[in-house]
Amino acid sequence: MEADTLGQLEEPQTIRVPDSITQIGTITKYELLNYFRAKRFYVLLIIGLAISALLTFLVAYYRPESFLNTSLTFYSQWWGGSVTFVIILSAIFFGGDSISGEFQNKTGYYLVSRPVRRSSIYVGKWVASFIASMIMLLLFLGIAVANGVYYFGAGVPYQLWQSVLLATLYMGSVLSFTFFWSSLFKTSVISVLVTVILFLFAFPLIDGLLPSLVGAEPWFVITYGAEVITAVLNTSYPVHDIQSKTPIGKGHFFTITTFTPYLWEGIAIMLAYFVVSAVLGLFIFEKREFA
Amino acid sequence: MTDSSIEAVDLTKNYGKFTALDGLNLRLEGSKCVGFLGPNGAGKTTTLKIFTDLIKPSRGSALINGLEVHGNKKKALENCSALVETPEIYPYMSAREALNLVADLKGLPKSGRKEVIEEAISEVKMEDWIDAKVGKFSKGMKQRINIASTLIGNPAVIFLDEPTTGLDPRGMAEVREIVKSLKKKDRLIFMSSHLLNEVSDVCDEVALIDHGKLLAYGTMDDVTARFTGEEGLADASFSKPVDQDTLDRYILKLDNVISAERVNGKTVRLKFNGGQAAQGEILADLVALKIGLVEFKTAFSKLEDTYMSLIQEGN
Ligand SMILES: Nc1ncnc2c1ncn2[C@@H]1O[C@H](COP(=O)(O)OP(=O)(O)O)[C@@H](O)[C@H]1O
Ligand SMILES: [Mg+2]
Repeated sequence: MEADTLGQLEEPQTIRVPDSITQIGTITKYELLNYFRAKRFYVLLIIGLAISALLTFLVAYYRPESFLNTSLTFYSQWWGGSVTFVIILSAIFFGGDSISGEFQNKTGYYLVSRPVRRSSIYVGKWVASFIASMIMLLLFLGIAVANGVYYFGAGVPYQLWQSVLLATLYMGSVLSFTFFWSSLFKTSVISVLVTVILFLFAFPLIDGLLPSLVGAEPWFVITYGAEVITAVLNTSYPVHDIQSKTPIGKGHFFTITTFTPYLWEGIAIMLAYFVVSAVLGLFIFEKREFA
Repeated sequence: MTDSSIEAVDLTKNYGKFTALDGLNLRLEGSKCVGFLGPNGAGKTTTLKIFTDLIKPSRGSALINGLEVHGNKKKALENCSALVETPEIYPYMSAREALNLVADLKGLPKSGRKEVIEEAISEVKMEDWIDAKVGKFSKGMKQRINIASTLIGNPAVIFLDEPTTGLDPRGMAEVREIVKSLKKKDRLIFMSSHLLNEVSDVCDEVALIDHGKLLAYGTMDDVTARFTGEEGLADASFSKPVDQDTLDRYILKLDNVISAERVNGKTVRLKFNGGQAAQGEILADLVALKIGLVEFKTAFSKLEDTYMSLIQEGN
């Protein structure tokens, strides 16, 4: 190879490495490109469409009273009933191994040794997973609204938009949380497994057991905070705690308290998870060794 | 433009109780290619990983143009490119996209970028695969793309960690040619290798490392001389076996010859004083003896001897 074949490469260029915001954009762009070419995105798309199709069919066929009472109950049942599941699924699919995969597959070496901050890589990947998840969420919302318009006309209750905003916050928060776990573990399977276990088993269990066993409010659990997504889909916002007494003979009662987070409380829980996970996840990724 | 520099100051890396890199002090400055030579496990990758902020030093610092990499990574690596170990490239990207990603990160202007990327790709002879997905590539092909990615943005400092690993002999030769062609004014190349012939073929200077410690640094000739001292070694081969009598009566009697021993029946290894001048005279004398000399060449230098013993010790 003669030196003169290197014409373009050798051309003196005064290159300035772009600012971090631009670099975050670059990471996001290529991460999305990876998503859209991977099977995983389409698997999730099909799952989202299948859930929507099933709901469409069930409502059209059985015409359940709970759905078709008012437009608010319709959205409460349809959207409120499944959106958190869609969010958790998206977060597991897109965020579960986002960082751990970089270590396990050794792709991290391709990016990390370039003049780019590690935090930019982390944030860029988070934004990409947020966008991909939002696509799922909006698709799910679109089908829900299409059905709602079919049964109740174009007037969509304003509470739905409140719920969508809260769901968006929840999405960001859950992703931030899954990113933390994927930053903590270098093995994809483990980081995915941990988020699956937490969201599908541990958190729902705490949400259910804590109030019924000790009558305490699970204010520290993210899935509890997320209950505001469905709570706003009521004509009047539910009261914070309801005690129901069941007589168990001899004048004794078995008391069960049901909690619903205040709106501010739910938002605060989700924000807290978002911020704490982001700070810890970033900190760990900065310290991590590509050894 | 001022000369680029890279500097390791008391650079140390511990993995638990094991010291992979032990107080490395090395300053490279100017426009040249420096080979970082050492057997497997010597600490080469560890050093280059610290210079690219893939790992943090346990002690000491790694500086590029006076800037400490750890803590100022983005700025310190601004004008650098690196290939450390064999990174995997995102399998769903094409070779072109993988290089575009680097060009975006480095802020290469859009105009002329297509040409830069195509040239980098053709430099590593991957033109036919430029729009194919990296996931389909063999290890060697991926390594070529990795090398192409280090060419993007006309870097002033290039770190290469065993760039020929994973390549077939032809690929190795091609990569060495590429590295040679990268040598130019205003560029400092630091290339690790466990192959002495690779370093002596490609590099201007050599830094010898083993067990995490620097053994020597200087030009190839300097370092060779340091290990060789005054003595030279040459192998003389003959058309027929050489008997002890010929060895004692003729060959050992030649001027400057210190010792002569048979390597095999037809080859004799000569140790001699007096450098190249003496070597020339010995050759002439051997021819004059008319005992069937067919080949005469410089044997393993002491550097090679030393290096070989390092490798054997390590295994
Ligand atoms: N992550 C790690 N944990 C423990 N030991 C390591 C790690 N990485 C490297 N080492 C050890 O450090 C030494 C130097 O390794 P390395 O720098 O990769 O050598 P080289 O690149 O010269 O072959 C080796 O003995 C290796 O086993
Ligand atoms: Mg190595």
